[in-house]
Amino acid sequence: MSIQVRNIIKHYGDTNVLDNVSLEVKSGELIALLGPSGSGKTTLLRIIAGMEMADSGTVLLDGREALSQKAGERRVGFVFQHYALFKHMTVFENVAFGLRVRPKNERLEEKEIRRKVMQLLTLVHLDKFHDRYPSHLSGGQRQRVALARALAVEPKLLLLDEPFGALDSKVRKELRRWMRRLHDEIHVTSIFVTHDQEEAMEVADRVIVMSNGKIEQMGTPGEVYHQPANSFVYDFLGNYNVFEGWKDEEGNTHLLEYDVKEDEPASQTVPLPRPGGWMSRYPEITHLLRKVLPGVLPGDTSILPIQKKKAARPNYDKPVKLFARPHELFVAKSPDEHEYIRAQVIHINPAGPLVKVEMERRNGNVLTAEVPKDVIDMLAIQKNDVVFVRPKNTRVFEGS
Amino acid sequence: MNSMNDARMKNSFKLKQPSVIPGFGFALGFTLLYLTLIVIIPLSGLFIKTATMPWHTFVSTVTAPRVMSAYKISFGISFIAALVNVFFGLIIAWVLVRYKLPMKKLFDAMIDLPFALPTAVAGIALSTLYSPHGWIGELLAPLGIRLAFNPAGITIALIFVGLPFVVRTVEPLLQDMDAELEEAAAGLGASRWQTFSRIIFPYICPALLTGFAMAFARGLGEYGSVIFIAGNVPMVSEIVPLVIITKLEQYDYAGATAIALTMLLASFILLLIINLLQRWGNGRMKS
Amino acid sequence: MKASLITESLQVRVLLSVVAVLFIAIFVGLPLAIVFAEALSKGFQAYTNAIMSENARSAIKLTLLVAAIAVPCNMVFGLAASWAITKFEFAGKRLLITFIELPFSVSPVISGLIYVLLFGTNSMLGEWLDRHDIQIIFAVPGLVIATIFVTFPFIARELIPLMEEQGTESEEAAIMLGASGWQTFWHVTLPNIKWGLFYGVLLCNARAMGEFGAVSVVSGHISGLTNTIPLHVEILYNEYNFAAAFAVASILTLLALCTLLIKSIIEYYFPYEVKALH
Repeated sequence: MSIQVRNIIKHYGDTNVLDNVSLEVKSGELIALLGPSGSGKTTLLRIIAGMEMADSGTVLLDGREALSQKAGERRVGFVFQHYALFKHMTVFENVAFGLRVRPKNERLEEKEIRRKVMQLLTLVHLDKFHDRYPSHLSGGQRQRVALARALAVEPKLLLLDEPFGALDSKVRKELRRWMRRLHDEIHVTSIFVTHDQEEAMEVADRVIVMSNGKIEQMGTPGEVYHQPANSFVYDFLGNYNVFEGWKDEEGNTHLLEYDVKEDEPASQTVPLPRPGGWMSRYPEITHLLRKVLPGVLPGDTSILPIQKKKAARPNYDKPVKLFARPHELFVAKSPDEHEYIRAQVIHINPAGPLVKVEMERRNGNVLTAEVPKDVIDMLAIQKNDVVFVRPKNTRVFEGS
Repeated sequence: MNSMNDARMKNSFKLKQPSVIPGFGFALGFTLLYLTLIVIIPLSGLFIKTATMPWHTFVSTVTAPRVMSAYKISFGISFIAALVNVFFGLIIAWVLVRYKLPMKKLFDAMIDLPFALPTAVAGIALSTLYSPHGWIGELLAPLGIRLAFNPAGITIALIFVGLPFVVRTVEPLLQDMDAELEEAAAGLGASRWQTFSRIIFPYICPALLTGFAMAFARGLGEYGSVIFIAGNVPMVSEIVPLVIITKLEQYDYAGATAIALTMLLASFILLLIINLLQRWGNGRMKS
Repeated sequence: MKASLITESLQVRVLLSVVAVLFIAIFVGLPLAIVFAEALSKGFQAYTNAIMSENARSAIKLTLLVAAIAVPCNMVFGLAASWAITKFEFAGKRLLITFIELPFSVSPVISGLIYVLLFGTNSMLGEWLDRHDIQIIFAVPGLVIATIFVTFPFIARELIPLMEEQGTESEEAAIMLGASGWQTFWHVTLPNIKWGLFYGVLLCNARAMGEFGAVSVVSGHISGLTNTIPLHVEILYNEYNFAAAFAVASILTLLALCTLLIKSIIEYYFPYEVKALH
C-alpha cells in the first residue's frame, strides 16, 4: 500500500501538534518516524491509522481517501506501545480475534482460522505459547503477540507506535533485528514511531526526522546522518561537539576560542616556539608587544588561518557554529601549524574499541572525542593532561 | 501567521473529539434521555411549583417558627455529628492504615456498614439501643444521660451514617503517603506530634474537609435512620425532612415544596463545595 | 511500618487503637448485634412467623419486584453513561458527571417528593393520569421510579473510575482489527469490567431493597399493596411489635452483610478490578 500525506494540520487547544506535514511512502517500504517527545510523530501515525482526525489535510491510502472508509476496512494493522492485548483471552484467541469478528459471510471456517493463527504464531516463534495468557508472557513476547495479531488480518499497512519503547535494551536490539528480518520476508508497508535514533537508523529504509510538528528531513539513514539538513537533525542523530567560529572574507571558517580573561585577544592559539632573535631573549617585551599589536610582530601566530596565509582580522559579524562528531576530533599532545583548541582531560572512558575522552576547555565547555585505543596508548594521554584538539571535519549551520 | 491563529482558535473548541470508537451517539443519547426523564424533569417540577408560589408566601413558609427550629436542628446537629466523625474518623483511618491489629480486616469492613445498611434498619436498631431500656440506654440512665428521643439521639444517628465518609476519604491519602516525608521530619528533630501537625495534617486536610462536607450533606437529608431515635417533637427534636413529610401528609404541597427547595439549594451549594475541595485536594497531590 | 522513628510511642498507639476499636464496636457493632438479638428474642418460631407472615411475604415480593426492575434499568444506564464518559472526549463531561452524582446529595424525602409533585393528583400530569386510570404514586410504578432515582448513580459511579483507568487502547485495537462497536463492547470491554459491574449491581441492589425515605413518601403505606420491606419494618416497629420488626429487618441486614462480604472477597482477589471506593 502506498501512502500520501498532504498538508496535515492538527491542534490540541493552543498547541500546533502537526504543522503542515506532507510525506510519501512507497509500497513495501519500512519507514521510521523519528523525533523527540512532543514532535507529533505519534499523532501523525494515529492520523494515518484513522484513529485520530486531522484538522485539515488529506491522507491517501493506495490513492484513496482514507477517511472514506471505516477504520476496520482500511486494512491497517496497528501495534500499540503497551501492546493493548486482550488480557482475558489467550495468545491464540488474541491473534484470532480479527479473524473471528468478521461478518458471517466473510468469516473463514474455524479450521482455517486455526491454521492461519498457528502459522503466524510460528512465524513469531510463539507457537508453544498459544494457550498462555498475556500476563504470563514477557514484554518481548507480548509485543510479538501484538504484532501477530495485527498481521492476522493481512493488513496492507502496518503501523507501530514505539513498539519497543517499553522493553529493556537487550530485548530491544533483538526485536529490532527480528523486525527487519520479518519485514524482508513479508514486505508489508510499515511505519514505526521511535525516539531512539539508533533504532531508526538500524531498521528503517528511510528515516523521517520530526520536531515540533514539522518534518525536518526525510532520507535514508546514511543521508540524514552524513548530510543533515539542519542543526536539529545533526543534534538528534548523534553526539557532537560545538565550537564557535567566524568566517573570513574568503569564506574560510576559523575557530574562535573564548578566553577566561577579558583582556586577552579573543582568538588565540598557542604561539609556536621560534628559535633565536631578540624576541626570545626578551620574552616579556615580546609578550607585551604581541598583546598590544597582535599579528604585527613577525612570528606572531596569535591568529593563524588553517591555510597558513596571512591572517585576516576576526570578523565577528559572521559568527558561525562549527559542529564535529566525537570521532571527527583530532587530539594531539602538542600543536602543529593548524588552529587548535586547548583543553584539559577530565575523564577517560576506556570501554570499547574507541576510547571516549572528555576534555574541558578554558571557557568551561566540555568536549567529547572518540579516539582509537592505540592512539591513546601512543600519545600516553592521561587524566589531567593538557591536550590540543582540532576538528578534522566540521559542519556549519548559520547563526545559532 | 494570522490565518494560522484564526484556524487555531476555530478548531480549539470541539464539542466532541473525533474518535475511532463507535457508539458515542447512542450511549450519550440514552444517558441524557434517562437523566432527563428521571432527574431533570422531576427536579424542574419542584422549581416550577415553587415559582408559582408568591414570594411572601414562600418566605413566610420557610421562616415559620417550626420550620426555623427544624433548620437549626438539622444544620446544627449535622454539623456537630460531622465534626465528631472527623475527629474519630481520622483516628480510625490512622489506626486502620498504620497499625497492626487482630481482625483488622473485620473492623475495616464494618466501616462500610452504615453505607450498606438500610436506613430504616439502622433507625430501629439505634433507637432500641439507646432507648432507656436498651443496652446502652440502660447503662447511661442511672447517670442521668438520655441519648434517645431528643436531639442527642439525632446526633448519635447522624454520627452513625456519616462515619464511612470521613474514614474512606482519608484512608487512601494516608496509605499513599510517602514514609520518607515523616522520616525526613523526624531526622530533622521533629517530635511525633510536630510531624503530625505540621506535615501530615496539612497533607490530609483537604480530604478531611471533603469528608466533613460529605458527612454534613448526608446528615442534612437523612430520614430513616433518624426518625426512630429522634423523638420528633416539633421545635425540639424535629428534623427538616420530617417537617416536609408532615406537610405532605396534610396536603400542604406548596409548603412542603418550598422547604424542599431550600434544602435542595443547600445540597447544591454543598455539592459545589465538595467538588471544589476535591479538586483542590487533587491539585495539591499532583505537586 | 519501618523503624520507630516514624511510629508513635506504645502508649499512644494503644490508646488510639482502643479508641478506634471501641468507637467502631459501639457505633457499628452494637446496632448490628441488636438487630439479631432482638429478632431472636422471642425465639426462633416467632422469628419464622414474622418473616413468613402474609404482610411480610407480600412486602418481600414487592421489594424483589421493585429491585428486579430498577437494578437492570440502572445497569443499562450505568454501562451507557460510563461508555460515553470514559471512551470519548466531549464538552460538558464534568456537568454530566455532576448530574449523575446528584441523587447522592439530595435527601431521600425530597427524592420522593419530586415524584409526588409530578404524578400526584394535584400535579400537571395528575389529571391526565387520572383520566387514563393510571396510578403512579401510591402504587408500584411510583415505588419503582423513586427507587430508580435514588439508586441509579451506584453502577455508573463504580464503572467510571474503573473504565477511566483502563483507557481506550484495547477498544481501539479491537476496532482496528475490524470489530464492530457491539463486538468490541461485548468481547473486550465487558470482560475487563465484569467485577466492577458485579459489585456495582450488588450495591445498587442492596440500596434499592433498603430504600426507605423516598419510598415512604410515594407509597402511601398501604399494607399488603405498597409496602416494601423497610416500610413494613417501620409499621411493625410503630406497632411496638419489636421482635417481628427486627426479624424482618434482619433479612435486609443479612443482605447488607453479604454485600460487604462479597465486596471484601472481590477486593482481595481482584484488587485492580474494583476501584471506586478507594
